[in-house]
Amino acid sequence: MIKVTDLNYIYQQGMPFEKKALSDVSFEIPDGDFVAIIGHTGSGKSTLIQHLNALVRPTSGRIEIDGIDITDPKTDLREIRKKVGLVFQYPEHQLFEESVYKDIAFGPVNMGLSEEKVRERVYEAIGLVGLDETLLEKSPFELSGGQKRRTAIAGVLSMKPKVLILDEPTAGLDPHGRDEILGQLLRLHEQNSGMTIIFVSHSMEDVAKIAKNVLVMNRGRLVMHGSVAEVFARGEELKKIGLDVPQITELTQLLIKDGINIRPDVYTVKFASELLAKMIKETENV
Amino acid sequence: MIDVENLSFSYDDEDSEAKRYVIEGLNLHIEKGSFVAVLGHNGSGKSTLAKHFNGILLPSGGKVYVAGMDTTDEKHIYDIRSTAGMVFQNPDNQIVAAIVEDEIAFAPENLGVAPQDIRKRVDECLRIVHMTEFAKASPSRLSGGQKQRVAIAGVLAMEPDCIILDEATAMLDPQGRRDVMTTIKDLNREKGITVVLITHYMDEAAMADRIVVMEKGKAVMDDVPKKVFSQVDRIKKIGLDVPQVTELLFNLRNLGIDLPQDVITVEECEKILLGKLKGHEK
Repeated sequence: MIKVTDLNYIYQQGMPFEKKALSDVSFEIPDGDFVAIIGHTGSGKSTLIQHLNALVRPTSGRIEIDGIDITDPKTDLREIRKKVGLVFQYPEHQLFEESVYKDIAFGPVNMGLSEEKVRERVYEAIGLVGLDETLLEKSPFELSGGQKRRTAIAGVLSMKPKVLILDEPTAGLDPHGRDEILGQLLRLHEQNSGMTIIFVSHSMEDVAKIAKNVLVMNRGRLVMHGSVAEVFARGEELKKIGLDVPQITELTQLLIKDGINIRPDVYTVKFASELLAKMIKETENV
Repeated sequence: MIDVENLSFSYDDEDSEAKRYVIEGLNLHIEKGSFVAVLGHNGSGKSTLAKHFNGILLPSGGKVYVAGMDTTDEKHIYDIRSTAGMVFQNPDNQIVAAIVEDEIAFAPENLGVAPQDIRKRVDECLRIVHMTEFAKASPSRLSGGQKQRVAIAGVLAMEPDCIILDEATAMLDPQGRRDVMTTIKDLNREKGITVVLITHYMDEAAMADRIVVMEKGKAVMDDVPKKVFSQVDRIKKIGLDVPQVTELLFNLRNLGIDLPQDVITVEECEKILLGKLKGHEK
């Protein structure tokens, strides 16, 4: 479990450009949750996730992961970083090894695992992200955009983290590449029930497709925390803080305004299709 | 505005064997004052094409003309670049100055515009992108959407006839995307500036007058958005997507409900569904 209590973070404290990036943020994420973090640019999303594997130390407040206070200076950061894997924005820019295999093996090798164990980890990781074995000996730079990104994610998964955090995992990908990554994250979550996945996104459609719960950040504060349905039902509030709802949710919310009796928690096209088909057929059969 | 004649392009060396063409035998005519969206999966050649529109890349075969000027003709290159301005995905790679108004003055200064006219242009461009209050700000302290609007203003300051945006909203939050899209729609409708928008967002493409779909270096579809998006199966096969409301009506049609194919905006869809939902009022 991840437990964040009264987290505050101030950039450049005491300097002319001092800026409060996080204000009194508190939340709990249970094991095995699948959480999206949304918020406008500069709302504190990235700062928040950087706290979760102790890349950034809080100005004040407490962060516990499995009961261990990671803000305690005595905590072994290597252990935390093994437990919490962080995939940055555009992670393919960090690929550097001469082969896909070596790039994915980099973490486990540094953990001091035997050659055999490293090999096991690499094969397991490519299985998790759906990369083909035949790519292992290729240079990462010969791969397509989606493959590169999956290689980078495999490099983090090879450390076998309990918590996987991704900063905008689909940014810059085309619809096909985006669906590939989202599908892999869903499968990863289904196959590893204990693994917690947290991702930051600007795409409300992506959030609707895969997340269970949503954290909404606004100006450094946590302003909503609930299920995808609960959060997207508050479309007006989301728009006021620079966010949005999926187009399909916008449609159903307009229909509600028009006086139609339809559920407010519609956020995928599939669900909307089933629901509206039933309703229209009822009208046609009257 | 832009004429592409039998364009081919390869990143490989001239004499290398087995040359791979990123663009092959492409013909395209972009009308002055139009708003054209270019769609295609990563690697389809759309960014390569865009870079031909202001001479960043030059054809391996065929010709590209910008306002009648051949992009391979070196004496026109500055005229071409001030006629067709580019806005890239990451504003941090584009913005060079430490203060917003200096950034916007950069191009006109280089073009030798008189100082009093530069002042006028800077003020006007900031007003168009709604960034006047940030004139003295440092770009590094702006949000992504604000930075991208500064980048657009920097291009506008050259008074181009055409703006090319290469996935310019990809890194922005929803509000940033809305602001940038509103800005470019206004530029097109009110100032008559030709807009070429390269995007992965189908709802943005739906705002254009025309959509060109690229695949394997060729233009495989070229029509008004309603016509392009009504071919849901074909679009998905190419690895692209359609707006969610278009997909919804497509699904409903497959379930035997009589609905039009060419609905691409939420408002149209709302109107049509209202007519189909009699008896479901609260």
